[in-house]
Amino acid sequence: MKRLITYVLAILLPVVCHAAGGGVPLDHMKPDLHDKESLQRGVALYTNYCMGCHSLQYSRYERIAHDLGIPNSVYEENLIFGDAKIGELMHIAMPAADAKNWFGNPPPDLTLEGRLRGADWLYTYLRGFYVDESRPYGVNNSVFKDVGMPHVLAGLQGLCAHAPAAGVEKKVDPISGRIISSGGCEEYAKQGSLSKAQYDEVIYDLVNFMVYVAEPSRVDSERIGTYVLLFLAFLSIFVYFLNREYWKDVH
Amino acid sequence: MQKLVEWIDARLPVVTAFEKHMSKYYAPKNFNVWYFFGSLSLLVLVNQLVTGIWLTMSYNPSAEGAFASVEYIMRDVEYGWLLRYLHSTGASAFFIVVYLHMFRGLMYGSYRKPRELVWIFGMTIYLCLMAEAFMGYLLPWGQMSYWGAQVIVNLFGAIPGIGEDLALWIRGDYLISGITLNRFFALHVVALPIVLLALVVLHLLALHEVGSNNPDGIEIKKHKDAKGIPLDGIPFHPYYTVHDLVAVVVFLFVFCAVVFFMPEMGGFFMERPNFEPANPLKTPEHIAPVWYFTPFYAMLRAVTVNLLGLPAKFWGVVVMGAAIAILFVLPWLDRSPVKSIRYKGWISKLALALFVISFLTLGYLGAIPSTPGRTALAQVTTAIYFAYFILMPWFSKIDKTKPVPERVTG
Repeated sequence: MKRLITYVLAILLPVVCHAAGGGVPLDHMKPDLHDKESLQRGVALYTNYCMGCHSLQYSRYERIAHDLGIPNSVYEENLIFGDAKIGELMHIAMPAADAKNWFGNPPPDLTLEGRLRGADWLYTYLRGFYVDESRPYGVNNSVFKDVGMPHVLAGLQGLCAHAPAAGVEKKVDPISGRIISSGGCEEYAKQGSLSKAQYDEVIYDLVNFMVYVAEPSRVDSERIGTYVLLFLAFLSIFVYFLNREYWKDVH
Repeated sequence: MQKLVEWIDARLPVVTAFEKHMSKYYAPKNFNVWYFFGSLSLLVLVNQLVTGIWLTMSYNPSAEGAFASVEYIMRDVEYGWLLRYLHSTGASAFFIVVYLHMFRGLMYGSYRKPRELVWIFGMTIYLCLMAEAFMGYLLPWGQMSYWGAQVIVNLFGAIPGIGEDLALWIRGDYLISGITLNRFFALHVVALPIVLLALVVLHLLALHEVGSNNPDGIEIKKHKDAKGIPLDGIPFHPYYTVHDLVAVVVFLFVFCAVVFFMPEMGGFFMERPNFEPANPLKTPEHIAPVWYFTPFYAMLRAVTVNLLGLPAKFWGVVVMGAAIAILFVLPWLDRSPVKSIRYKGWISKLALALFVISFLTLGYLGAIPSTPGRTALAQVTTAIYFAYFILMPWFSKIDKTKPVPERVTG
């Protein structure tokens, strides 16, 4: 048995090593798919700030309304613009050909971005814009160099003067106890309507929603999975004794 | 009920078949945990067939619709996400149990006379499984599906003379396209499963003809009682059915933990770039096959020299093919007087350990980007992999063996 476990672990070793790899340092963000209020704020934010350009073409409005506990009528009134029906897929009106002219590349569909890039990447990316006059929209990004996207949330965050540092430990002055450096944006070229901490919360909600929409079955899966594992654990007692009963006379 | 069985049995030998393969199939009574993986692979095969059939009901095998139909299954089909995760996790689980099953065979000499055909059918199943997995991986039509298939099919292009035409013939197009997707779909859901099932039947028929090996590597048929029943044998049913049931529950526990809680398995069972639709104009930064192919992929990359006027890529393909082909002749390479590792000497034990370490190392190297140092390591481990087989006729013969018991030990 011990040898078996060793062997299985040896097979799984690359899995662990792989997960540890990465390129740019990222800030960590732990999504909470049970926090419906956060997800509701996230979908509102996505609809208002992102959906002009980025569709969620594999997802339906109604599914989100249902999963996040938003009544259909409230969702239709506040979060569906244009004449789309609530049962429809979340397409956008922007023609891809025009979008290519405006941004260099049409803005990608983001339904699966939460799984493609991961929560940490999105969380860092959305807080990673800074002033760079050499770029067409005046901003660059510390995670996605020379990104074609303008800083849509600049009204909330403001504009960062320098590339924000990501994945850094909080540095505290040992004598005064003051925070010297906490990563993220340290100096603003233009103030936004939110404080740094408030903006981080807004981005948390947005990324939380994107992680949800990338795999809406996650919460269901874990709920059902718990029962399945409990059942199997229970069943194992019976099959164990059944086997022992049959084999007790075999020498 | 009794009458019904009699009625059928007069027309079809169901009772005889059940007795031959279950209730009167005498298996050695000293099987250990390594003997669970045969029946577990059968379980996974059934899982793949059943979930596969249901996935086919909603999947759309076209370049325009494939990716979206998979997301449709994940979101709009009732429990579609569960079907898909059972299938995707099942693919990896299949290789895990099959690799452990093959390792069991290596350890206890299950390929030795008279079980050569059992081994060869098993190897053919493995080969067929690789083709099945490779073609199935194209179907979600993600970036890694597309570029993985592109890289592997291009390997055929390395064959001198006919290579380019052969690759073109496989793809049905100048690059991987909807045409390729359609034929891979047909092969994945119809042709290969039929071959796979036929091979499984042959594997089992051949096994039941000669009888199972056991951890001691001795023939239980040498000692029979007055009725001709092996003294160390025990009816497969009910003894091993209830025994395997325990393994099935334990296996399902681990399997379901992955399916329900971490179907991506940190990017190893489902690779991240595959959440982006296939794009022929954008090559991913790092193309890596799924984990079960990585040892062979590492061997392919380990060959870096052009030889006899042929490119290194061609020799890489040759090495990769040879690595699998050499397994087929294993029954004739082992010349040890004993079958099981239990009674073999230290040379055989060391050789097997080195072989396993190099195979695992190759698997790891194939999954990560190569550097000169890693390539050197891959070359050393590839050499060890082949040395294990090429030197086997020699080391298995000179190795000091321990005396084999007459009857099975616990």
